[in-house]
Amino acid sequence: MASQWSPTGALSVANQVDDWLRIEVDGTVTVFSGKVELGTGVKTALAQIVAEELDVPFERITMVMGDTDLVPDEGITAGSTTLQIGGFALRQASAEARQALLAAASDQLDAMLDELTVNDGVVSVARDPLRSISYADLMGGRSFDREISLQAPVKQPSSYHIVGQKLPRIDLPRKLTGQAGYVHDVRLPGMLHARVVRPPDPGAALEAYDPEPIAGVKVVRQGNFLAVAAEREFDAVRAADALEATWKQTGSRPPMQELLQHIRQQDTIDEISFDEGEFESAARDAEIHLEATYTQPFQAHASIGPSCAVADVSDDHATVWSSTQGPYPLRAALADLLRMPEESVRVIYAEGSGSYGHNGADDAAADAVLISHKLGRPVRVQWSRSDEFIWEPYTPAMLMDMRGGLSPQGRIIAWQHDVWSPTHGNRPRMASQLLAGQLAYGLRPPKPEWFGGGDRNAPVDYALPNQRVVAHWLTEMPLRTSAMRTLGGAANTFANESFMDELADLAGTDPLTFRLNHLDDERGIAALQAAADRAGWGQPLPDGTGRGLAYARYENDGAYVATVAQVRVDPERGAVHVERLISAHDCGLIVNPDGVTNQIEGNLIQSLSRALFEEITFDETHITSSDWDTYPILRFSDLPKVEVVLLNQPDEPLVGAGEPASICTAPAVANAIFDACGARLRQIPFTADKIRGSL
Amino acid sequence: MNEQLVITVNGARHSVQSPPDTPLLYVLRDEMGLTGPQFGCGSETCKACTVLLGAREVQSCKLAVSEATDGVITTLEGLQAGSELHPIQRAFIDEQAAQCGYCLNGMVMTTAAFLYRHPHPSAEDIRQALDGNLCRCGAHARILRAVQRAADYLAEEMV
Repeated sequence: MASQWSPTGALSVANQVDDWLRIEVDGTVTVFSGKVELGTGVKTALAQIVAEELDVPFERITMVMGDTDLVPDEGITAGSTTLQIGGFALRQASAEARQALLAAASDQLDAMLDELTVNDGVVSVARDPLRSISYADLMGGRSFDREISLQAPVKQPSSYHIVGQKLPRIDLPRKLTGQAGYVHDVRLPGMLHARVVRPPDPGAALEAYDPEPIAGVKVVRQGNFLAVAAEREFDAVRAADALEATWKQTGSRPPMQELLQHIRQQDTIDEISFDEGEFESAARDAEIHLEATYTQPFQAHASIGPSCAVADVSDDHATVWSSTQGPYPLRAALADLLRMPEESVRVIYAEGSGSYGHNGADDAAADAVLISHKLGRPVRVQWSRSDEFIWEPYTPAMLMDMRGGLSPQGRIIAWQHDVWSPTHGNRPRMASQLLAGQLAYGLRPPKPEWFGGGDRNAPVDYALPNQRVVAHWLTEMPLRTSAMRTLGGAANTFANESFMDELADLAGTDPLTFRLNHLDDERGIAALQAAADRAGWGQPLPDGTGRGLAYARYENDGAYVATVAQVRVDPERGAVHVERLISAHDCGLIVNPDGVTNQIEGNLIQSLSRALFEEITFDETHITSSDWDTYPILRFSDLPKVEVVLLNQPDEPLVGAGEPASICTAPAVANAIFDACGARLRQIPFTADKIRGSL
Repeated sequence: MNEQLVITVNGARHSVQSPPDTPLLYVLRDEMGLTGPQFGCGSETCKACTVLLGAREVQSCKLAVSEATDGVITTLEGLQAGSELHPIQRAFIDEQAAQCGYCLNGMVMTTAAFLYRHPHPSAEDIRQALDGNLCRCGAHARILRAVQRAADYLAEEMV
């Protein structure tokens, strides 16, 4: 298994230059990355890193990503770690390659190493540029046969001329001309189109079914897994609709209105996950006390394109095209499902619709594998819109109890955050974690071994004398849940930064001043001040309009984010219109400023959608949010003016930017609503009913 | 045997092999191998599948192929002239107006139909025109800028 969270990434398992890159005879460079392009632009940014370190033109880089037969195992592309860790590995591999190339050129050109310069993949003698040789000629198509020592000199950021540039995304021309090559577009000779016929609830047992709902359509059944396959896609669609099946329903879950009580009634595994000072005694000493509870609902990744996969399975080999975020972990899970050695399964990453975490992609791959294995034909499975909404793993509902105490001078002297959450990490590594494994063979997923994620960003980044975080880990949830952007980071920051505002109000202090009074991190102060300045903090606004801000450092050691929302509230209708969303962002060294800005904008808009509109709804047996009408997301008419302030820190190590900007939006909007109309919203999403109810 | 249906797609005639009630999207993708229009919802609620029928946008995920025989169908692939990108495609690249890109087909095709009718749109017109197109990555602000830029490019070409 890849050490995807270690700072040196997969270099421990792929320690040869040849594992990562190849100089082709035509002078291009092929790069092998175990990370994948999820639509975030990392294909471009990783290519920039290699081009920079090798000194070859950016256009000559070809990226091969996420094919388990070709690339190193870099685990899962997640957690805003692709450039931080995947980029580190490629930088080291490229630096090592450059050193080897320079040594070879030194021999060939009969010159000392320090006499050589490299331009566009050509090594020349500085004082006699006619003496030169290209990388391609030096390598002659050979491999490097050289270990990555981690000792090769890397460039100083001050000398960068490719990293740090706003290079256009290399995938966009193809995407704009219909040549993207999404997993949805993969076609194999002899391929059948399949649809899975889902049970009414996950625990239902299949009792009877029509074996031929439409002439010529094949029906596949294994346990409670039921699917149809046809030569023509629309025949599969119609057959799935027409197929009559009798299910014995066994499942029942607490009704949605009782979810919070249900969560509190669970037996939990409790853990003090952060403790500084003496909360209890400090709370006793406090002059002013406050308690408040905040909640996060189940929410969907809601990818625009429902999941899809293509599989070609024979008795002893399987090839699967998938938009999984973890090609190698998926390979392990599929090998387990097929009872094949992992080496007999090849997972080839093909881009999907944006995933933002663990959506239905891995399950669709398992569906395709199972059906192809049964029928002995290549199979393409396309999930329906409702399949994706009902069966994807959601980000879990969470509950945060906050307690705080102020000194007579209005300083926070006691702070406690109690969070109820299940694990956010249920990504598949074995068959029992795949829907197909559960339905076909009755496998039950293992009890979680890792409870992280739920307390992400639960500690605040303010200098508080007495701060405690208690995690109450839930081992069962009424709905299937897993990883989604920021894991618990967004919910915990919603609680923390709303509570900061409530305390500031109690202290009678301006929310910006109150935060600055408790902050001693200079980069944090700079971010907060930059966002406030851009927003015109303190300047008067019309009646019914308000501003709110929120600040956090992602994962407490990553990017600094400060966000200001400006909202207008119509108290009669309870309607909120967000007019401006401003975010200042410091993620250290920036590889591609436009790429980072695009990520920040996307995070702001998506997290605004989650704050205002999104909640998975359900009753005792059914998920009732199954389409875009019952699970609305932000539309163009809801869009605020989005403003990003990039704080570039070329001498600070780069940290991920794929998700941090999601965490401050909900609290900034909640605080702005409070500023606008006095309604304090402690439950996401901020619907009109809740606003009217809070006034 | 059904009467042979013929549709015209990107300037070429195509004899339809599927039954007449088949949604146009499956004919375009599975029979013709086109990969511009995408499946998103199957119920005309996200517009990822949008194509042009004449100068009008239609959602190919629901429209029966038999309803598409009278006009000329243009897909994302058919917008460009040879190797030269259409001004709308250029504008989207110049604004870097995408993340995953799955919704782009619909954004571009809706824009094509919209700018044909409204060559000089206001910012508010553009928002209204795209309100039925869903994007999940949050590329909205860039997409709005790209449509404005596309209108400018098209206006320049008309001069």
